[in-house]
Amino acid sequence: MTSTAPPAPAQPRPQRTANTLSTLRRREARAGYLFVLPFMIVFVAMLIVPLGYSGYLSVFREQLIGGTSFVGLENYARALSDATFTGGVARMALFLVMQVPIMLGLALLFALVLDSGRLRLQKFVRLAIFIPYAVPGVISALMWGYLYGPDFGPFAQLGEATGLGSPDFLSADFMLFSIMNIVTWGFIGYNMIIMYSALRSIPTEIYEAARVDGAGEVRIATAIKIPALRPALVLTTIFSVIGTFQLFNEPNILRTIAPNVIGNGYTPNLYAYNLAFVGQEVNYAAAIAFLLGFVIMVVSYIFQLTTSRKEATR
Amino acid sequence: MTATASTSSTPTSRGRRPGAKARPSMLLTVVMLAVVAYFLLPLWWLSVASTKSNADLFSSFGLWFADSFSLLGNLGDVFTFQNGIFLAWARNTVVYAGVSALGAAVLATAAGYAFATLRFKGSTALFAIILGSIMVPLTALAIPTYLLFAKVGLTDTPWAVILPSLVSPFGVYLMRVYADGAVPPSLQEAARVDGAGELRIFVTIVSRLLAPGFVTVLLFALVSTWNNYFLPLIMLNSPEWYPLTVGLAQWQSTSQAGSGSQALFSMVITGSLVSIVPLVIAFLFLQRYWQSGLGTGGVKQ
Repeated sequence: MTSTAPPAPAQPRPQRTANTLSTLRRREARAGYLFVLPFMIVFVAMLIVPLGYSGYLSVFREQLIGGTSFVGLENYARALSDATFTGGVARMALFLVMQVPIMLGLALLFALVLDSGRLRLQKFVRLAIFIPYAVPGVISALMWGYLYGPDFGPFAQLGEATGLGSPDFLSADFMLFSIMNIVTWGFIGYNMIIMYSALRSIPTEIYEAARVDGAGEVRIATAIKIPALRPALVLTTIFSVIGTFQLFNEPNILRTIAPNVIGNGYTPNLYAYNLAFVGQEVNYAAAIAFLLGFVIMVVSYIFQLTTSRKEATR
Repeated sequence: MTATASTSSTPTSRGRRPGAKARPSMLLTVVMLAVVAYFLLPLWWLSVASTKSNADLFSSFGLWFADSFSLLGNLGDVFTFQNGIFLAWARNTVVYAGVSALGAAVLATAAGYAFATLRFKGSTALFAIILGSIMVPLTALAIPTYLLFAKVGLTDTPWAVILPSLVSPFGVYLMRVYADGAVPPSLQEAARVDGAGELRIFVTIVSRLLAPGFVTVLLFALVSTWNNYFLPLIMLNSPEWYPLTVGLAQWQSTSQAGSGSQALFSMVITGSLVSIVPLVIAFLFLQRYWQSGLGTGGVKQ
């Protein structure tokens, strides 16, 4: 230890300062670990350990006769050739390319409208669009399920009263769109607020300068506001990708109304749940969940890669 | 109310903007009110439907009231059906959400503060791992967690819902961004020179600066646990431990099955209304926090 060395008599003061500084540094580092520790304990116990266990489970197979045996990547191979799983992933990919652009596009549009300052009742509009976020996914699915329904749904009632009829929102042809509508309804406000907050943080001097240069409101929106929103758009897109592939609540609720339309593998998450808790195929379910996580990471990564490349070429 | 006072500062700062010419457009307002109608339609329907008896639901127009007003009767049914199990669900939801959110916010605040302001080896790598974990799908965790909990006898207890909900990687991210802007390094240095220990600095000085960020993380953790369905669905078997989401979904499926003395549609509908009212009120009064919090996440990266 340096502190045990006899202090040089010629310059005692700088020596002491250096010692105190390094003690302070060490104390700071120790405090850093202590502050992070409680979170890390729970993080490891509730996230890392289950994830590792899931990976472990996914390479075994449980049989009635012969017990558990190591099968390597067999469960993964089975999943990749399982039409229920790949069909579910494909359905979610379709959901992603249709619903996410609509949801984020509308959220962006509403955020720009709110930020333009040309709206009456601005605060009320902002709140009304955001409020669905406070409604649990289960309850929004219940509400929309009744609204769509043929028994006492207002759309069906209107269709009957006017003699025009109404589409069967819960049929196989419409179900995916009906679910898209529920998710869009619930999350536009959340995404809108993220974008709106980002817009509010743009310094107003930039707008002034642009107006002096003769730029109109639309030009300001496309040339200044939307580029400035890039971080917010990346964040909301990645959250939407994660949310889409994990879709579970809405199909699981609507299943009780339309059991023939929504099968046990309508979404990959629903499939993993049914495999593990209805079919008792825990090992296969673990492999499915792992593959799903892999798909999410790959899609998010590709998205980040393309957006950062776009920026690099600009 | 402090919340309303602070939100009223928004128009003032808007007025500061020389760019906003404050020339409201009638067309834009009408279009946006149509948009608002879409967002409020299901909630309007839910409120109206809660005032109807089960028979009236089928015989009257969905978006308007029936002749008889059955809200009180429906509320009575909701709270007394199956020996008042709805009340137990409501209590469970409050306990699960409250304990999880408080715990998650405390853990995230301490960690986020350390990542933002304290220098220690490996902090960058640890933070990267935490951030990456946001992408792990819940199913990949929920199924193995259930099996692990089953081994130690934690399934079908409140802990099975609370413990996994204590981890909020996004909360750590939010708090790191927030602490970065809210805690001046000079303040920490000054306190250290005065001989204050790191824990004391955190408890007496820093915690006050971080309070708004803490409330934001608390609010989001509260909403995510309150709204959680997948985890309690997996973990809990006994109806008396259910939260509202799982309980209502169960009522819904029995009412859909439509057999005999089962739950009725009017009860599912009224129960749904009752269970969203607290969160809607909380959001109305805590606007400042969710707005600033979501802003923090989206502005800096």
